Amino acid sequence: MRIGVPKEIHDAEHRVATTPDVVKQLMNLGFSVAVESGAGAAAKFSDEAYREAGAEVVSDTRELWAQSDIILKVRAPEDHPELGVPETELLREGGTLISFIWPAQNPGLMDSLVARRATVLAMDSIPRISRAQKMDALSSMANIAGYRAVVEAAHHFGRFFTGQITAAGKVPPAKVLIIGAGVAGLSAIGAAGSMGAIVRAFDTRPEVKEQVESMDAEFLEFEFEEEGGGEGGYAKEMSKAFIDAEMALFREQAEDVDIIITTALIPGKPAPKLILADMVESMRDGSVIVDLAAEQGGNCELTEPGQVVVKHGVTIIGHTDLPSRLPTQSSQLYATNLRHLLTDLTPEKDGNIQVNMEDEAIRGATVIKEGEVTWPPPPPKISMQAPKPTPAPQAAAQPVVEAKKPSAWFTLAFMGAGIIAMLALGSVAPAAFMSHFIVFVLAIFVGYQVIWSVTPALHTPLMSVTNAISGIILIGALLQISAPSGIVVFLAAVSVLIATVNVAGGFLVTQRMLKMFRK
Amino acid sequence: MPAGVVTASYIVASILFILSLGGLSHQESARRGNVYGIIGMAIAIIATITSDQVSGLGLIIPMMLVGATAGFIVGAKVQMTAMPQLVAMLHSFVGLAAVFVGFANYMDPSLHFEGTEKTIHEIEIYLGVFIGAITFTGSVIAFGKLQAVIKSAPLMLPARHWLNLAAGLLCIWLGVAFVGAESIGAGLLPLIIMTIIAFAFGVHMVMAIGGADMPVVISMLNSYSGWAAAATGFMLSNDLLIVTGALVGSSGAILSYIMCRAMNRRFLAVIMGGFGTEGGTAVAAADDAGEVTAVSAEETADLLSAAKQVIIVPGYGMAVAHAQHAISEMTQKLRSAGVNVRYGIHPVAGRMPGHMNVLLAEAKVPYDIVLEMDEINEDFPNTDVAMVVGANDIVNPSAQEDPNSPIAGMPVLEVWKAGTAVVLKRSMATGYAGVDNPLFYRENTRMLFGDAKDSIEAVVKSLT
Repeated sequence: MRIGVPKEIHDAEHRVATTPDVVKQLMNLGFSVAVESGAGAAAKFSDEAYREAGAEVVSDTRELWAQSDIILKVRAPEDHPELGVPETELLREGGTLISFIWPAQNPGLMDSLVARRATVLAMDSIPRISRAQKMDALSSMANIAGYRAVVEAAHHFGRFFTGQITAAGKVPPAKVLIIGAGVAGLSAIGAAGSMGAIVRAFDTRPEVKEQVESMDAEFLEFEFEEEGGGEGGYAKEMSKAFIDAEMALFREQAEDVDIIITTALIPGKPAPKLILADMVESMRDGSVIVDLAAEQGGNCELTEPGQVVVKHGVTIIGHTDLPSRLPTQSSQLYATNLRHLLTDLTPEKDGNIQVNMEDEAIRGATVIKEGEVTWPPPPPKISMQAPKPTPAPQAAAQPVVEAKKPSAWFTLAFMGAGIIAMLALGSVAPAAFMSHFIVFVLAIFVGYQVIWSVTPALHTPLMSVTNAISGIILIGALLQISAPSGIVVFLAAVSVLIATVNVAGGFLVTQRMLKMFRK
Repeated sequence: MPAGVVTASYIVASILFILSLGGLSHQESARRGNVYGIIGMAIAIIATITSDQVSGLGLIIPMMLVGATAGFIVGAKVQMTAMPQLVAMLHSFVGLAAVFVGFANYMDPSLHFEGTEKTIHEIEIYLGVFIGAITFTGSVIAFGKLQAVIKSAPLMLPARHWLNLAAGLLCIWLGVAFVGAESIGAGLLPLIIMTIIAFAFGVHMVMAIGGADMPVVISMLNSYSGWAAAATGFMLSNDLLIVTGALVGSSGAILSYIMCRAMNRRFLAVIMGGFGTEGGTAVAAADDAGEVTAVSAEETADLLSAAKQVIIVPGYGMAVAHAQHAISEMTQKLRSAGVNVRYGIHPVAGRMPGHMNVLLAEAKVPYDIVLEMDEINEDFPNTDVAMVVGANDIVNPSAQEDPNSPIAGMPVLEVWKAGTAVVLKRSMATGYAGVDNPLFYRENTRMLFGDAKDSIEAVVKSLT
């Protein structure tokens, strides 16, 4: 079969659906490949490079579409500005189209594709299952968008990201808050972190905390019990109370951070409004907000999709084409995603695709099959990173800890009782006893102070040396050995014997042990 | 020697004992500390023998010579793995000596007290004998358990708490009878009965405590031996005994507290014996256990030599298998190959406080790479390989993750946060607490089955 790759016609779209490297791999699968002249120019892939890779370069757009069995594109078909016809009209009757489609948002497009009796695989509908990750173009693009968002922010931000101490004075590091720790968010965390910024991240899904922390960013949390993990690894909409708590956190952070990058999206819904006008106002002049959700309406109230605006001294970047702003990289990744999909579609490697509806990944991507709408697919069976419902371990641990600490009143009462007992003892006991008692109590306190400073590594020597020292009971035995009674002398003599074993053995073994400890 | 000089010698001895314990705060000063202890003891003994109160050198010198010889032989011959047994045995001697001294003091016809002084003196004798008796039999049983002469599983008599309570009440009643006794002969009977009850009480108490709670028991008996000495000191109005006894007593008490905290258990719960009786599911559901991934010694060697950061977590299994020398050899090889090998020691690893440190020191592992749990726990995420040698409960993640686990809240070494955790284990048996260990089923855990010593030696061979 012949694969055709037309030039993207969307305004300022720099990506292209295949690269010279991928052309070679597609040909290994048995396909022949045709590329429209100039299709890769914006992504820095010349016609010459495609030709060298073995692709045919076609300059006539109509001819390219008409002669191709499979069309690979980035953007969904639109009206062609030069030819004056919709791209769907160019598609051959019964042909196959693989590109982003967004079927939910584009019912008209779906209708016209059905009319062409086309088979359409939507790259945005690849299910988010582990096996399909290699063809998950949304993740690839999100990764790029996250990176680019940081680059854009740095471009509009008037300071360094990294903190420095220079001869000309101290530069504080920039503080970056990233909302939504999905693929784009994590990519942004990595990029901002590697530029030296202090990075914080927030996500409604607690299970991503580990990922955030693994990238050396701080995971912001607040006390609230609600799991934000929805189906397919996406976030879901949260309750009112949760959002209030979330807003309070953002309001607090807005005053502190220099850069906010928002990536919060809920599938099939407009983007949640997370950064309100008053929060923008509270940010320092010169701060930057990059709104990756601009296309779905924006996470920031003041975002203008596709525009860079300055409001209340804060630059708000609403670019909707961030992946396209890194065209070579994004074309490369997108083309590879397509190649993986085509590899799965041609199990025989004979250049003929089989749309196998039993395959979960292919089933999910196929939105129209031979003129029949097959969208939406049945829900995916497995949820990526299904969060196990753990009954709030922190909340469970907290009361236990608190229960152990006696209250101040308890301590006071205890001390009071101790003092009274002491006075009671003093009122009956003879003076000689009390003087011994002072020695006893003070010795306990001295012991307490001394023993706490013993390093745990030496606890065994500590035990053996205290053992040897407690052989001091030998003194007691010695004091009685000269008594006038036979039985007393006998008991004392035996005590002297065994206490000496203790003294000698204890000190010797301690010395042996301590000799072994060496650096 | 005049009494003033004797007292002055006692003061010097007390200070030397305090310095001796203080010296143990660092490895560098520890040996000097022990020497202080020896000097202190020598001064105390010489001062006592030469004082006016003591005569009968003809008896004292042979007794001390025999005792010292026996002590030296035991001290020189004992193996480091047998340290817990030795310590338990020595505790029993202190206990027995306290009992004998108490009896001797009571029967000494040359002493006369009147009124409150007499009462207090008799209470002192009674307490000294009581504590000494418990220390004696408790230590003997602990010795038996550690020496594996007695089974280490806790003995659970029916109504054992009531038995203990009855014994306690009986001892108080006997105490009243003893103090109220008209003559020494009349008082001797309650004292002897009480001693027998206290002997039985000591046996019963330690019998009810399982093997892995031994660190607490040993520390507790250490503490008792100190209190026994202090009680004897009161009885004889001897401040040196009081001071030393109090030092030893508080030392043992603090160690017991540290051990209990390391197991997240209350002291009373440990002393009451048994485990898992406070409710909670004893064994985690087996169905979510999953598969373990076994690994060979060669693969372990590859893992270790490819690693940059390695932490070894030893447990009682290392002591049982005598694997410390093999581990030390492995450590030397890895360190000379530029791998940063360190050790993470849990406070209750082994059968007595600091047991692992002594074994590793014996195997010539430098002490500055042997770190406490609190010092090293944060480093696991940056560690490539964590190697667990014969430890189980102290590396069990359910202590942190499963609030219903019997060991929930116990501080543990977080080996699962390392890149790979290699667990050396004889079989899949559960640890002392009888809790299944989810660590073994983790994705990044590899099980190296077999005797720890043989396994490590095989790893060393493959390292070359």
